[in-house]
Amino acid sequence: MSAPSIAVRVSEVAAVTPLVKRFRLEPESGGRLPAFSGGAHIAVEMQDGAHRRRNAFSLMGSPSDTTGYVIGVRRHDNGRGGSRYMHERVTPGTMLRIAHPANLFPIDGRARKHLLLAGGIGITPLVAMAEQFARDGQPFELHYAARSPEHAAFADELLERFGPAVHTHFSAQGRRLACASLLAEQPLGTHLYVCGPETLMDEAFASARALGWPEQSLHRERFAAPARGLPFAVRLARSGRRVDVGADQSMLEALEAAGAPVASLCRGGACGQCETRVLACDGTLLHADHYLSAAERGAGGKVMPCVSRFAGRSLTLDL
Amino acid sequence: MPETSIKSRPVYGTLAPQPGTRHILLADGDGAAAIVDLARAAPPEFFERAHIITAPAAGAMAVRAPLRALAPAVLDETDRLAAALSRLAEVLAGAGMGTRLYVAGTEGTIGQAMQVALDAGVELGAIATEHRGSRARRVQCAHCKTFIDEVTTQPVACSGCGLMLFVRDHYSRRLAAFQGVCVDAEEPGSAPTPEEVFT
Ligand code: FES
Repeated sequence: MSAPSIAVRVSEVAAVTPLVKRFRLEPESGGRLPAFSGGAHIAVEMQDGAHRRRNAFSLMGSPSDTTGYVIGVRRHDNGRGGSRYMHERVTPGTMLRIAHPANLFPIDGRARKHLLLAGGIGITPLVAMAEQFARDGQPFELHYAARSPEHAAFADELLERFGPAVHTHFSAQGRRLACASLLAEQPLGTHLYVCGPETLMDEAFASARALGWPEQSLHRERFAAPARGLPFAVRLARSGRRVDVGADQSMLEALEAAGAPVASLCRGGACGQCETRVLACDGTLLHADHYLSAAERGAGGKVMPCVSRFAGRSLTLDL
Repeated sequence: MPETSIKSRPVYGTLAPQPGTRHILLADGDGAAAIVDLARAAPPEFFERAHIITAPAAGAMAVRAPLRALAPAVLDETDRLAAALSRLAEVLAGAGMGTRLYVAGTEGTIGQAMQVALDAGVELGAIATEHRGSRARRVQCAHCKTFIDEVTTQPVACSGCGLMLFVRDHYSRRLAAFQGVCVDAEEPGSAPTPEEVFT
């Protein structure tokens, strides 16, 4: 990571639903944290035994409040372990290190209206956006799709805070979010922001494009938590060393743990920071990013170690 | 006196049907043919959702018949660009996302229609343009701010302050005009003789 990390203390932990906890992080030495805008995220560093993990979480507090950052974490029991660590090990008083906020899902201030679409825990960056729009007096509407009210973390507070701007859609109650009809009735100058499961984001984008929304008005959160996978090893060309990547570790984390750090920002396959040259590959690169083009993937010369993995005999990186 | 290309110099394409729930097409007398050409590639239901606004010079009946033949949902025929532009503004005031705008004609027509559209909140990506007809430019004098329409010569005399202006390739989307700057400021009267270049 380029900018030095920041030491924070966990000041509050709240169980919002059985699967979601909210954490408030305050600067260890008091004062203020760096400013951020709606849609920004931070990477949180966790020392889990011998493993050092870094997970990216969207900031969901008000951008006007820099006395602390708020993140909402959904527990993924078959994830790589970062969210489980946050749920099980982090309590008020825990010290953590975080990276400076970065924003890969920025607001377009020229929009006449902002239409926010969230699926599940994808609500978090949109909460910060809603706070910012409310503060700046910009028109917005927030649609929150979840299975049921019990699965819709933060829905009550959002309804209380933003009232009629918030709409919930619970599929278990037969009120599935109908993207196409919602998108068909938006005024000129509306921008769409979607965050949630890949399927929801794809559906919303496909509906919008079919209706004739131009690309500039479509925004989606692109980073996704890296998935678990089978263990594999990589060879570093410069030192000749071999680095083992565990099943619940990303290649990027393994490289960092081995003292061969790679620059990173989103840690979710969106920003391009961690792009690494592949010198030799006897096997298959399992690309999982949104950054490399199909042509680049085809050429096989690059990999994004924050999310992508490898299967095969040997992989040599230009590190 | 060509000026090496500047970034703000607008680039125009060729009109082609886009996905959309409503299609607004605006053309001047020169641009009407571009709509007729677009129609060849348009799916059958395209004109059921189309609103055509035309501004050919008064009496130019020849360009009207082919547009009427396209049977758009709405056809607004005006004979002045100003009238067409205010019609466009009215239509856009009630329009929603999914509206696509197509503009064809001279640079002046395109520039001013884009200005109306951007003011109404239309995204650039929802606007398609095609240049047809004269390359005459709309120029704003950098000194007295007068707009001069249909400029075909380089340099040109400002109709406001009389200065001889060099027409730059610098285009302002906000003003929908090219910038004209005084050519003989150092030595009045030393300006080259105007030549027809924007034709
Ligand atoms: S860190 Fe952003 S793509 Fe890997």
